[in-house]
Amino acid sequence: MTPFSRRKWTITLLFACAILLGHALPAAAMHISEGILPFPWALFWFCAAAPFVALGLRQLKKSAGADLSFKPLAGFMAAVVFIISCIPVPVPIVGVCAHPCGTAISGVLLGPAVSVVVAAVALLIQALFLAHGGLTTLGANLVSMGIVGSFTGFFVFRLLTALGARLSVAGFVAGILADWCTYLTTAFIMALGLKGSAPFAPLFLKIAAAFIPTQLPLGILEGAITAGMLVLLAKKRPDLLLKMKVLRAREATQ
Amino acid sequence: MKKRRGKAGRIVAAACLGLLVVLIVAPLFAAGARAEGPPEKKSWQGVDEAVVEKIAREQGRKPWPPVLFRTDLGDLPLLMFLLAGTVAGFAAGYYWRKLLEGRKK
Repeated sequence: MTPFSRRKWTITLLFACAILLGHALPAAAMHISEGILPFPWALFWFCAAAPFVALGLRQLKKSAGADLSFKPLAGFMAAVVFIISCIPVPVPIVGVCAHPCGTAISGVLLGPAVSVVVAAVALLIQALFLAHGGLTTLGANLVSMGIVGSFTGFFVFRLLTALGARLSVAGFVAGILADWCTYLTTAFIMALGLKGSAPFAPLFLKIAAAFIPTQLPLGILEGAITAGMLVLLAKKRPDLLLKMKVLRAREATQ
Repeated sequence: MKKRRGKAGRIVAAACLGLLVVLIVAPLFAAGARAEGPPEKKSWQGVDEAVVEKIAREQGRKPWPPVLFRTDLGDLPLLMFLLAGTVAGFAAGYYWRKLLEGRKK
């Protein structure tokens, strides 16, 4: 890799970020908005998310101490998750904007526990300064985007690579399923919190069905982003992917 | 080995280019739709408004105004997004560079 081409890749990445953020407008996210969940449910989801955050912080400290390149990778992924989960992508047929989550790629690269911490930071900044999500619904949003997105992405990727799938295919499927599971969890959380005395299933199905037109294509975009980043990192830093156990030695030398 | 990397790089470059084209072209469609549609109807809402807040309202829950950040302040939300984008873009580029330097060391 010549210095010129390295610079070219960096400039391309920064240019892409700038273009993506140039289109970003407020109020275009999947996050559960401030105050929508009743207080007991908001508290319940905070309590559900807390052990995962604690585990992630412990894992982050341990991994950063053991490997010097872990911190830059965690910083890079925090910025990427923040950017990706802010971008309102227009879905032309539906006429609605939605966004990918970014937690699939961070779950695969950093491990699901550290990815939960990364998502928590991104969601907190978005709730405080960008009116995306909310402080009362931070726990619920963290469960859907951070925990379910990261763990689904991680386990699907590991399962597919164990079955012999190529890096790009495993990343693509992990990205799609992480996105869809995130939105299914959002539907689950909302249905539980808003059903009142009505039955759970009809409201859950109604919310899940309302997400389908935007999230079917957005899930595919998330899969493409996940696969693209994994392929790019495999090209630029195969040693890093080996260390993170994303690639096995046999695959890296192929 | 080199041949495979070159191919992967081309695929990623093509994917990035495709994404950029979509992101540049899509807002033009959005602008067209806004111009043609009825003025009172808000087009290209986010999923949070179109699905999450709509269903919450139907169930009798209204969203609260944001704690710190108000969205009725003219171009200030745009400024906040630009600042956040600049900081996040800088952080992404900075750590990406550090990751590549790590390889050299």
